[in-house]
Amino acid sequence: MAEKIFTVTNEAGIHARPATLLVHKAGQYGSELTIDFNGRKANLKSIMGVMSMGIRQNTRIKVIAEGPDEEEAIAGITEIFKSEGLGEPES
Amino acid sequence: MTEKIKGIAASSGIAIAKTFILKNPDLSFERKTVSDKEAEKKKLDRALEVSKSELTKIKETAERELGKDKAEVFAAHLMFLSDPEFVGAIQNKIENEELSAEAALDDVSKFFIQTFESMKDNQYMQERAADVRDVSKRLLAHLLGVSFTSPASITEETVIIAEDLTPSDTAQLNRKYVKGFATDIGGRTSHSAIMSRSMEIPAVVGTKTVMGKAKEGELAIVDGLNGEVILDPTPEQIEEYQKKQAAFKEQQEEWKKLVHKPTRTKDEAHVILGANIGNPGDADGAVNHGAEAIGLYRTEFLYMGRDNLPTEDEQFEAYKAVLEKMDGKPVVIRTLDIGGDKKLSYLPLPEEMNPFLGFRAIRLCLERQDIFRTQLRALLRASVYGKLQIMFPMIATVGELREAKKILFEEKDKLTQAGTKVSDDIEVGMMMEIPAAAVLADRFAKEADFFSIGTNDLIQYTMAADRMNEHVSYLYQPCNPSVLRLISHVIDAAHQEGRWAGMCGEMAGDTIAIPLLLALGLDEFSMSATSILPARSQMLKLSQEELKQHKENFLKLDTAEEVVEYVKTNMI
Repeated sequence: MAEKIFTVTNEAGIHARPATLLVHKAGQYGSELTIDFNGRKANLKSIMGVMSMGIRQNTRIKVIAEGPDEEEAIAGITEIFKSEGLGEPES
Repeated sequence: MTEKIKGIAASSGIAIAKTFILKNPDLSFERKTVSDKEAEKKKLDRALEVSKSELTKIKETAERELGKDKAEVFAAHLMFLSDPEFVGAIQNKIENEELSAEAALDDVSKFFIQTFESMKDNQYMQERAADVRDVSKRLLAHLLGVSFTSPASITEETVIIAEDLTPSDTAQLNRKYVKGFATDIGGRTSHSAIMSRSMEIPAVVGTKTVMGKAKEGELAIVDGLNGEVILDPTPEQIEEYQKKQAAFKEQQEEWKKLVHKPTRTKDEAHVILGANIGNPGDADGAVNHGAEAIGLYRTEFLYMGRDNLPTEDEQFEAYKAVLEKMDGKPVVIRTLDIGGDKKLSYLPLPEEMNPFLGFRAIRLCLERQDIFRTQLRALLRASVYGKLQIMFPMIATVGELREAKKILFEEKDKLTQAGTKVSDDIEVGMMMEIPAAAVLADRFAKEADFFSIGTNDLIQYTMAADRMNEHVSYLYQPCNPSVLRLISHVIDAAHQEGRWAGMCGEMAGDTIAIPLLLALGLDEFSMSATSILPARSQMLKLSQEELKQHKENFLKLDTAEEVVEYVKTNMI
């Protein structure tokens, strides 16, 4: 299992377009990807799951990957977080 | 009884016609449990398949009629129908609670709708709730074997009254009969509102009560200018609104008369009004709105929303389509401007602290010459189909311009040697969006055939302010004298060498900026297609000679506010 915590810095939280990009990216990996927001979990491969969490600015979320390519998946998701200005990973 | 209902003006114009009330189909069902779970799941699968194929068709129609952007929403609907949480949750309910497919769908869609709607301060999520409702309705209808009242069935002049027009409803509206519409819910940015504008149908949304008050077949006025609906209007009101309608139409007609006219000022100075486009399909709208040129074709969209680079042939077809559509009128095609805020999933780029100051556009293309050369070849091959002008984005140094031109001419030689026809009449120019280049415009003018000033970036780089950052967005000042002096210098430098200077940012279509830019001698103005006719109409009333006499004055002012005030007082 691989995981990473992010602080959401984007003013609009995890909104439409970036959410779609996250879901697309997640779909590229064989691993199961879950997003954990205050103990609530959603499938990161589901646009409706991600959007329904209503993740806002200045909150912390955890992305959990489990499967054959879990490390790559976390790296890929981290990349989207950075490139879309969604948030900062905690090291 | 006459009644005036206030709403939100979504699309301008006035419609007076009989109402057609778009009732929701009877999607009631008995909530029950089932014994044959497998049969329910199969029923669900079939309904999903039918819905998907229907939506695919609607999406294609919408792409054709409304353009690719507007059809995006149906892509979202299709995504919902394949969403693991959405479909999975329905399947689980059938499996675990032995619910019928209808009941399971109802529970799941209600859950998502409520979740999205509860995000009250988030307009975007409110709209997504409407999407879930729309797509669930379709799915439920197919589960029940019920067909909708389709707006496509309307065959006389009407205004549609509905609780809400789903995007799929809007896509089926027949412009010939549907004169306007009014809805209970929605806002200026809801899909139905956006689509009504692109279809140019007067619309009022968010009235809250019109659906309950309207009677089928009675007369109604939809005033999309003021956001009002009048049900069962009095004869006086009808007369009043017919006058308003005539006045609006007259203005439209005045604009329409200008569609095929060249752009001239009162003193017969000629400038070119062009359109900014992102897809070959947009060229039609540009022509219909009177564009004399394509002043900016952003090629990025060819590269976006896919998993690999577009091939040379794919690009060739797109460029050829635009050149042919414009029928010999100039077409400025900007080479790939990716990086910054625009990323490609299949082209990993290094992380950057300041993407807007980083590895993007021409900087990237000069490094990744494989990508650049492919695009240039496609452009060169397409050049024989019209008047092509190739433009390089984000040029900062003369060296970059020389390098980009060198690569272009290498590819040109290769093609000609291989016997491929290439036009000899291609102009090669550059974006003026980096202050360093603008300051040195006199040197660049010796080597570029034209300049196109990209104001969005030029302003943000000049003011050192990210326009998307609301704390500093006040610094995004198109009319700041510093920006105007740069623009003035760029235009003068171009003219000194017999080149032309254009502009392809938002500023080019702005009512306040237009007199300033005419005074500065800008040759080409490129803007969104819908701004062209109003701009042409405005220019007809302005005298360039008179405006030029103000140039020294406004360039010596201290602040953007003073400039705006000066324009309003002396130049409009």
